[in-house]
Amino acid sequence: MATPAQSTLHAKVPAGRLQDKWDAYRDTVGLVSPANKRKHSILVIGTGLAGGSAAATLAGLGYQVTCFCIQDSARRAHSIAAQGGINAAKNYPNDGDTIWRLFYDTIKGGDYRSREANVYRLAQVSGNIIDQAVAQGVPFAREYGGLLANRSFGGAQVSRTFYARGQTGQQLLLGAYQALSHQIATGNVSMLPRREMLDLVVVNGHARGVITRNLVTGALERHLGDAVLLCTGGYGNAYYLSTNAQNSNVTAAWRCYKRGAYFANPCFTQIHPTCIPVSGGYQSKLTLMSESLRNDGRVWVPRDPEDRRAPAQIPEPDRDYYLERRYPSFGNLVPRDVASRAAKKECDAGRGVGTTRLAVYLDFADAVGRLGEQTVRERYGNLFEMYQRITGENPYKEPMRIYPAVHYTMGGLWVDYELQSSLRGLFVLGEANFSDHGANRLGASALMQGLADGYFVIPYTLGAYLSGARLDSSITTDHDAFVSAEREARERLHTLLSAQGDKTVTQYHRELGQLLWNHVGMSRNREGLEAAAAQIRALRQEFWERVRVPGDNDTYNKNLEFAGRVADFMELGELMARDALEREESCGGHFREEHQTAEGEALRNDQDYAHVTAWQYAGSETAPVQHQEPLVFETVQPTSRSYK
Amino acid sequence: MAEQMTIHLRIWRQAGPDAPGRLVDYTVAGANEHMSFLELLDVLNEQLVHRGEEPVAFDSDCREGICGSCGVLVGGIAHGPQRRTAVCQLHMRSFKDGDRIVVEPFRARAFPLVKDLVVDRSAFDRIISAGGFISTTTGGAPDANALPVSKDAADEAMDYATCIGCGACVAACPNASASLFTAAKISHLALLPQGSVEASRRVVAMVRQMSEEGFGDCSNHTECEAVCPKGISIACIARMRREYVKAVLC
Ligand SMILES: Cc1cc2nc3c(=O)[nH]c(=O)nc-3n(C[C@H](O)[C@H](O)[C@H](O)COP(=O)(O)OP(=O)(O)OC[C@H]3O[C@@H](n4cnc5c(N)ncnc54)[C@H](O)[C@@H]3O)c2cc1C
Ligand code: FES
Repeated sequence: MATPAQSTLHAKVPAGRLQDKWDAYRDTVGLVSPANKRKHSILVIGTGLAGGSAAATLAGLGYQVTCFCIQDSARRAHSIAAQGGINAAKNYPNDGDTIWRLFYDTIKGGDYRSREANVYRLAQVSGNIIDQAVAQGVPFAREYGGLLANRSFGGAQVSRTFYARGQTGQQLLLGAYQALSHQIATGNVSMLPRREMLDLVVVNGHARGVITRNLVTGALERHLGDAVLLCTGGYGNAYYLSTNAQNSNVTAAWRCYKRGAYFANPCFTQIHPTCIPVSGGYQSKLTLMSESLRNDGRVWVPRDPEDRRAPAQIPEPDRDYYLERRYPSFGNLVPRDVASRAAKKECDAGRGVGTTRLAVYLDFADAVGRLGEQTVRERYGNLFEMYQRITGENPYKEPMRIYPAVHYTMGGLWVDYELQSSLRGLFVLGEANFSDHGANRLGASALMQGLADGYFVIPYTLGAYLSGARLDSSITTDHDAFVSAEREARERLHTLLSAQGDKTVTQYHRELGQLLWNHVGMSRNREGLEAAAAQIRALRQEFWERVRVPGDNDTYNKNLEFAGRVADFMELGELMARDALEREESCGGHFREEHQTAEGEALRNDQDYAHVTAWQYAGSETAPVQHQEPLVFETVQPTSRSYK
Repeated sequence: MAEQMTIHLRIWRQAGPDAPGRLVDYTVAGANEHMSFLELLDVLNEQLVHRGEEPVAFDSDCREGICGSCGVLVGGIAHGPQRRTAVCQLHMRSFKDGDRIVVEPFRARAFPLVKDLVVDRSAFDRIISAGGFISTTTGGAPDANALPVSKDAADEAMDYATCIGCGACVAACPNASASLFTAAKISHLALLPQGSVEASRRVVAMVRQMSEEGFGDCSNHTECEAVCPKGISIACIARMRREYVKAVLC
C-alpha cells in the first residue's frame, strides 16, 4: 500500500536561532511600494478570522482586494461560532507564561508533528492579536480593576486564554468584519457574498484566478488576481455530523488540490471531548460545549456499569472521576485527544450514561457550591442556556451529558513558512492550511492562528512573493485557463443535475460520515481503514449514478451546492483513510490501535514518522503521489507526551 | 424514547423576487421533541426531494444561534414562540402533536425576497460599512492593558455586541425599523473608550444609512426587543438618540 516518498518538501524556514527567525525574515524580505500595492489585485476566499483579517489588513496597506464568502454576509463565517477563547502569551496574570512556554505547549500539544519555526512565530505574534482586537473594540472579559481577564484551557498550566463570555469567536470575527467593512467603505475591498469558489485558475504555474458561482443566480464568474488567498476553513463536515456550520466544506481546498496544491496530513482530525451527544437520525449537527467548561466542570461516570440511578443519587464513592484519576497533574484539563479517547474508553466499557449510553457526565455541582450559581452563570451562562435549549435539562441542577464529536481539522493544504502552497501564488491561511497544530490542536489556538496568519504574517509574505514574481500582466479572464476551468465547472454542475437518481445528497453524506466516524475516527486500525477506503470508493461511484439533485442551476439551490461539496468530501475521505493507513504510529488525534502503550496511551514513532505527509493529486483513478517534509527539531526535544 | 408528533406546516413558497408567492400546506409525521425546527424543515425537504418536488429554500449555517443566518416567521413571530431563541435553536418541544404552523419569510422593504424563506439582508452590511467600526488599521495598536476599561462598561458593551444581525428586529417592527440593530452597534462602540473618539461621526453616518436603506423609524413598539434572540435591550435605542442629539447639536 505504501506509496514511496517521491520527494522532500522544503519549507523555506529562515536560518538562525528559533527566536530570531521571524525578525530576520522581516528584516530582509522584499517589499512592495505603496504606489505598486494599488496595482496588485488580491483574491481572498473566505471571511472567517483568517480571510476577514487578511482582507482588511491588505486593503489597509493599499492592495486592491476582492473578497468572497458563501454566506449572505461576511459576518456569518463559521469562526463566529467559536466559544471559549484565544490564547496569547501576555503573561498578564504573572503566572509564569512566556512566548517560549506558549510555543512549547502548542508544539507538545500537537504531539511534535508541527513545524517549530511556524509555531514559534505564532506565539511571538499572539500578544499583538490581543492588542489589535482591543483597539477594534472587542469587548473581552475584564476584571474589576479594568484590566483584561484570563482563564485556563486544556493542555496548559497557565491562564493565558482571553475571552468574551462564551462568544469569543463572534467578537473577534465581528472585530475583523468591522475592519473589513471599514475597508469596503474606502473602496479598497470589493465584497462578494453568496459566492462559492468552484475552481482555481492556474496560468504558467501561478495561481491567477478563481471561478465562482453566484449562489443566487447560478451564474459562473471569472476573477483574475495576482495572488489567491484561500481562507476557507476546515473539512470536519466530511463526517456529516460535526460541530462545524452547515456550509463548512473542503471544496475550495479540494479543487486547489486537483490543480496541483499538495494536501498535508488529511488524517489529522480533532475530535472534541465535550459536545452534546447525538439524539437521533434526523440530526443535522452536533453542538460543542466549550472546553472552557472543563475549568470548573468535573468529568465522571458511575463506577458500576449497572448503576442506573439519577446522577444526584450516586454518592461520591460510586463515581469515577476518571480524568482526575488517570491524569492527576492535568486532571480535567488534559488535551482534547486524551480526553476524547478516555470518554470513548469508558463508554466502550459500558459505563456510558443517558439513554444511548454514549455519554459521560460533566458536573458543575462542586463549582456551583464553591463559587455560587451567579459566578458560574457569569462565566458560562450562554453555554448553559444553549445546553438547556437543546436538551431540555438544567445544567445548574444536573450534570451535562457530553460525548466527543468531530470538531477541527489539523490537516489541510500544505504551506511553507510563507503560507504559500506548493502552487506559486496560492496562499492558504487559517484552518484550511495544515501548519501549526500538528496532530492535535490545543484549545484557544485556532482563533490565534487564523488571526496571526491574516493580520501579521501574510502582509509580509505576500509582499515577498509579489515583489519577486514576474507575473504576466497581459493575462485576462479570456485566457484559455479561465475558459476551460469555467467549462469544467459548468459540466460538473450539469452532471449533478442530470443524474436524477433515487438517493438524496444527504443520504450519501450520512453514509460517508458514518464510514469515516467508524473507521477514521477516534480509533483506527489497518483493517478498518482498508475497508473504509474501498467502501468510500464504491460509494463515490454510486453517487454519480444514483444521486438526485432537484431544481436548476439558475436559482438559489442548496441541494446543488451540497451535492458538489459531498462529492468532494468523498474523494477527500478516501485520501484521509489512505493517509491514516500510511501513518503507522499513534500521535495526537490519530490513534492507531496497533501502536499503543501497555496503558493504552498513544505510541509515537519519531524514527519513521517525524514528518508531514503531503499528497499530490495524480488523477481520479490513480493513487496520489506522496511527498514528505521532515520535521527537524532544533530547539525542543520531542518526548513522550505525558499529562499524568 | 421521545414521542412522535405530526406537524402541519403552511409554508410561503415563491420561486424568485418577481414570481408570485403563496402559502403551501405540508404535513410532516415522525417529528419529536429533540428535533430543532430547522431539522423539521430538513426532514420535509428530504421528503420533497424523494417526491420530485423542489425543497423549501431557507438560510442557516451554524445552527447554534450565533451566526444570524437563519430567521423566519414561525406562527407570525420572528424566530418562533420561544423567547431569546433563534429558530435554529427552537426545538419541537415548544410544539405539540397536531400543531399547525405557518412559516413565512422576514418581510421588510429593505429585505427583498430572494426565494421562499430567504431574504436579502445586505442592507445591514451597508449600515455597518457606513460607520459601525473603529477606524484602525492593523499594527501599531497600544498594549491591550494600556487603557483600563471598567468592567461594567465592558460588560454592557458586550451585551450589545452580542447582536447576531439576523434581522428579527426588523421583521417584528410594525415600521420595519432597523433601530435595534443599528443602536446596538452604536452603543457597543460608544461605551468603550476606544470607540468614543469617532462616536459622533459614527452615529450620524449609520442613522443616515439606515434611512437610506428604506428602514422605518422607531416609534417605541418594543416588538424588536421581544423577538431578539440575544435579548438585546431597547435601552440602546435611547442611547443612540442621545448620541445623535449630541452629535448634531455639539
Ligand atoms: C463550535 C466551535 C467552537 C470553537 N471554539 C474555538 C475556541 O474557543 N477557540 C479557538 O481557538 N478555536 C475554536 N474553534 C475553531 C475555530 O473557530 C476555527 O478553526 C476557525 O474559526 C476557522 O477560521 P477560518 O477563518 O480558517 O475559517 P472559517 O471561519 O470557517 O471561514 C471560512 C470562510 O470561507 C468561506 N468559504 C468556504 N468555502 C468557500 C468556497 N468554496 N467558496 C467561497 N467561500 C468559501 C466561508 O464562507 C467563510 O467565510 C471552534 C470551532 C467550532 C466549530
Ligand atoms: S443558523 Fe446560525 S443563528 Fe441560526
